[in-house]
Amino acid sequence: MKHVAPGGSAQFENTLKVSVWRSDTDGYQTFLVPQQDSQTVLDIVTWIQQNDDPTLSYRFACRVGMCGSCAMMVNGEPRWTCRTHVSKVTQNGGLEIAPLRNLPVIKDLVVDMDPFFDKWVAAEGVFEPSLTRNDPIEVADPTTVQRQQADAAIECINCAVCYAACDSVAADPDYLGPAALNRAWSLVNDVRDAGGGPRLDAISGAGGCQNCHSMGSCAQYCPNDLNPTASIAGLKWETAKSWMKQGWLKW
Amino acid sequence: MVQRLSALVMAPLVVGHLAVMIYAVRGGLSAAEILGRTQGSFGWAVFYGTFVLAVSVHAAIGLRVIIAETLNVKARLLDLMSWSIGLGLLALGLRAVFAVTGGAQ
Amino acid sequence: MIRPHRKHTLWLAFILHRISGLALALFLPFHFLVLAYALNDAAALDGFLKWTDYRLVKFAEFGLVFLLAVHLFGGLRLMALEWLPWSHSQKTLAATAVAGSFAIAGSFFLSAVS
Repeated sequence: MKHVAPGGSAQFENTLKVSVWRSDTDGYQTFLVPQQDSQTVLDIVTWIQQNDDPTLSYRFACRVGMCGSCAMMVNGEPRWTCRTHVSKVTQNGGLEIAPLRNLPVIKDLVVDMDPFFDKWVAAEGVFEPSLTRNDPIEVADPTTVQRQQADAAIECINCAVCYAACDSVAADPDYLGPAALNRAWSLVNDVRDAGGGPRLDAISGAGGCQNCHSMGSCAQYCPNDLNPTASIAGLKWETAKSWMKQGWLKW
Repeated sequence: MVQRLSALVMAPLVVGHLAVMIYAVRGGLSAAEILGRTQGSFGWAVFYGTFVLAVSVHAAIGLRVIIAETLNVKARLLDLMSWSIGLGLLALGLRAVFAVTGGAQ
Repeated sequence: MIRPHRKHTLWLAFILHRISGLALALFLPFHFLVLAYALNDAAALDGFLKWTDYRLVKFAEFGLVFLLAVHLFGGLRLMALEWLPWSHSQKTLAATAVAGSFAIAGSFFLSAVS
């Protein structure tokens, strides 16, 4: 595979043509990157930054799919780049790497995640304890349907891949988006949580779960195989139930 | 919510409407044939009256979402547009129902 | 523009639902206006209905019936997924909705041309 030339610079049998979004030119810059076995998209970006252009900005931390900081658009689709093999996403012998969609770009491949996390807060995605430290620990029975639904939604790593995939977010910047609503759904099903009322108001108002049109792109692209579309459908049902109980009286 | 409720109301009506269409177009359409069936019929008036009411609400909300998402219209103008679409459809629709079912031939 | 992230079944089901809904909403006012002819001018209504004998118009009618059927089934699919316990057979439901719509619109077309 790899032959090291006398000068120390490596020569490779195969190179990959990689177009990377650069914010200073507002366009794509092409790099030739040596191909290796089991190479990830994050490896490619790191290679460019270390060997070709040290001014390239990008974000990563754990490299093993836990931290959720390395998501980018790869050939137009949102991906967690540290766990995305180049061989599986290359099209016509090339890659096009861009910053995540639906979020403001800070520089190159780095986006501003503030709107994404602000919406977690706006969706009341914060655990509200129902007991104090003086009370006995409340048992959350893992066999109940409710707990299983909470567990299914809780594995989110905040990578914003779903947020970038969602056309409803693109159409309405006020829409809370799949990740925040998925988080709210996890808490709705948590028996230990006491934040139900305000949360229901937050997720049923403007920008809430009714803005979801069940396109399913979030579930399609979630790297952890979560299904935010299903979570949001659950929230819609909760909203409907509360509307049928007392909401229509307010009319 | 209202979008779902109007949809629920319409689901059986649409099925009925589809069945009527498939039945009615056999051998061509004529005004006399249609009106002979519908005029003076209280049942058809209720059927299509409910349909028109539900569809006006449903179309107004649906178009409101499309307008908001694709044309980026907000707040009061959006409210104004959806109300006029809804009431306009309702007026046209009820006139049509009255025309087809009102009075005896 | 069909971007890469818009090539999966549920996104296509969404866009079909949206376009069929939009088209039906735009068609409705004309539908109502034509029917209102019956109020004062039955001859005009008949004249219009004769026009529906043309093959091309029949094909357009097939399209309308298809839009109505596809919007109905698409809507039932959405309400099933929102109001019934979530099933993982969403894509099957979406495909069934389209197939059912073709069946209904097809039978309309056949009975219209025969």
